Amino acid sequence: MAATAAEVRTNVGTKTKVKVKPPPGGARKWVAVAFLIPALVLLGAIVIYPTVDTIVQSFQNDDRTATVGLQNYETVVKRDSTLAAIKNNAIWVLTAPAIITGLGLIFAILTERVRYSTAIKIIVFMPMAISFLATGVIWRVMYDDSTELGFINAGIRGATNMVGAGAGPYPTAEALPDAPLQKAEGGAVVTKDAFEAGDVAHLGLVGLTEADLPEEAVQAAEPQAGQGLGVVVWRDFTPGGGEPGVVDQGELGMPGATVEVLNADGQVVTSTTTGADGSAVIEDLEGGGPFKTRLAASNFDQGFTGIEWLGSALVTPAIIGAFSWMWAGFAVVVIGAGLAALPRDVLEAARVDGANEWQTFRHVTLPLLAPVLGVVFVTLIINVLKLFDIVFVMAPGSVQDEANVIALDMYKTSFTAFRYGLGSAIAVLLFLLVIPVMIMNIRRFRREG
Amino acid sequence: MAYAAERLPGEEKKGLGGRLSRFLSKGPLHVLLIGLALFWLTPSFGLLITSFRTAADNSESGWWTVFTEPRQLTLEPYKKILANDGLITAIFNTIKITLPASVLVVLIAALAAYAFSWMEFKGREWFFLFVVTLIVVPLQMALIPVARIFGIVNIFGTVTAAIVFHIAFGLPFAIFLLRNFFIGLPHELLEAARIDGASEWQIFARIVLPLGMPAIASLLIFQFLWTWNDLLVGLVFAGENPPITVFIQQQLRQFGANLEVIAPGAFLSMILPLIVFFAFQRYFVQGLLAGSVK
Repeated sequence: MAATAAEVRTNVGTKTKVKVKPPPGGARKWVAVAFLIPALVLLGAIVIYPTVDTIVQSFQNDDRTATVGLQNYETVVKRDSTLAAIKNNAIWVLTAPAIITGLGLIFAILTERVRYSTAIKIIVFMPMAISFLATGVIWRVMYDDSTELGFINAGIRGATNMVGAGAGPYPTAEALPDAPLQKAEGGAVVTKDAFEAGDVAHLGLVGLTEADLPEEAVQAAEPQAGQGLGVVVWRDFTPGGGEPGVVDQGELGMPGATVEVLNADGQVVTSTTTGADGSAVIEDLEGGGPFKTRLAASNFDQGFTGIEWLGSALVTPAIIGAFSWMWAGFAVVVIGAGLAALPRDVLEAARVDGANEWQTFRHVTLPLLAPVLGVVFVTLIINVLKLFDIVFVMAPGSVQDEANVIALDMYKTSFTAFRYGLGSAIAVLLFLLVIPVMIMNIRRFRREG
Repeated sequence: MAYAAERLPGEEKKGLGGRLSRFLSKGPLHVLLIGLALFWLTPSFGLLITSFRTAADNSESGWWTVFTEPRQLTLEPYKKILANDGLITAIFNTIKITLPASVLVVLIAALAAYAFSWMEFKGREWFFLFVVTLIVVPLQMALIPVARIFGIVNIFGTVTAAIVFHIAFGLPFAIFLLRNFFIGLPHELLEAARIDGASEWQIFARIVLPLGMPAIASLLIFQFLWTWNDLLVGLVFAGENPPITVFIQQQLRQFGANLEVIAPGAFLSMILPLIVFFAFQRYFVQGLLAGSVK
């Protein structure tokens, strides 16, 4: 959090215009030295000297016994983990600051229009007070890849069920390998034998527990086929007994299964849905037999089974999402304050001149707000470049290489692989990336201070 | 013009009816904003609920099932981790690091900031500028050499090592912030004190520190949160005396299996920062904005 403040303040500078001349002869030099000494000793020993030493070591081997020239840097730009880190940092810099500044702008404009804007801002801003570690833990729970445990996956599953793209009634069911049934395209199950009117087709399935069956399921029963074609779909399993392919006592029907009737050409003639005892009779058979019966693929549809958010493919975007959750509040608060400070008369003038809401925003608000947006954006770039904790915490061990970022690579190279020379070179690389921002800050500071 | 003409009569409507119609005309906006707020609260709320469920429940169903089965909520996980010596020690380590680091940064920076704003010496401006440029030095630039130095003075792995590192890297920003505040103090006051024969130390302690309280408070809050929430410095320098963040990080390898420790532990680590945030939220935001909205 302090990092935020640090960067905001440096980016912004201060606008103290008062030129203060300390009274002549007021302070003796040694007193000034006494006031400065604690800070200077600490800065010298822990910041300045080590920074120089890291630069020196980046040209040396790991145990500092030899100077190796640019070798560490050559290794850095060749090795996979650092290249992945540079690529990911580039993705971060190109996406996260823009997303968060954009979100902040939209939220700030929307909240400005309601009375409870402060409450909304506090809620959105709150994650900034907690650690990256806590944010990481929070979002690992949210991103769980199971639709039972992960809130986001459960939400998507709920949404797909609502639009009818959910799971079929029996996603786990399957035919026994030696049953007179075979798999058809798309996961459907079709009978091997052909049937005529008056026959009963047996479609016994396994792979279900009783809990997988709906509550209305009752003892399976063979239908009276009569002039039609009978089918029975049931759970063909009795613990410790029962004959496969036969409807035994105690075996439940599978209601709600969709059964299709195919003619000799394999075309669907008609279809039906089974009742509570798993049976159905198809009366109006066109064209005459022989027919085959097929359990439609939709019965076995898995539906949405969960996205592996923290898997190798999506881990970086997923962490960017968590980071945006954490930092959006910062953007909202800073941009919101910028909006509140806009000169009202200019906005009024634009409206009086006939500008509509969008034109006012596009040609008046946005240009006036540009410096504030710039501050937010630059602050985010620095923070994203130095990113370490959230990736370290959120990316599971198996995908940390895919999610790697430069600061994480520096830590691992230096403190788990103990490659100090190489680690120093990576640190210098990170330093070089923030130097342009540093120069910008100095310029701004000198202009304003 | 047309827009303003449409809007004004609506705004002039008084009373309940007017208010209601205005509220309803903004209906979609309210739904959007309240939805947004709920969405932002959900992740933290999810962790809170998770931390009050047993490991068995957490491996079987999502935290939101407590809405239908509130009986899942239990204090067991907290009882367990409060009996966990490692975690308790880690919380104390965090406190041991955070308090001195925050206070000392402010004190040392205030002394330096006073010199930079109210004392005259050669190269003062350039010197100050140099300190300001140090703000963006990534702390990665110092980790390896400082680890070596701490090894030599035999504090590597201790709480002290983390404190010293936090102070040093907190100083550039702290000096910058305080100097800019101190320089705006009324100089007549300081001159009068000098004429009256007050020493520099007396002016610093009796005038500048009390007058600088708003900036000092704001700095103290930021420094507190930064140090409390730190992971990297603790990981590198206080390995044998891990603060809470490092302790929890060590449990992450088996996330699902250790969730019973991780969730309540993470929540405990959030409590103090959240209290500080809510208690000082106004200073917090004001501090953040001081530069950007003037």
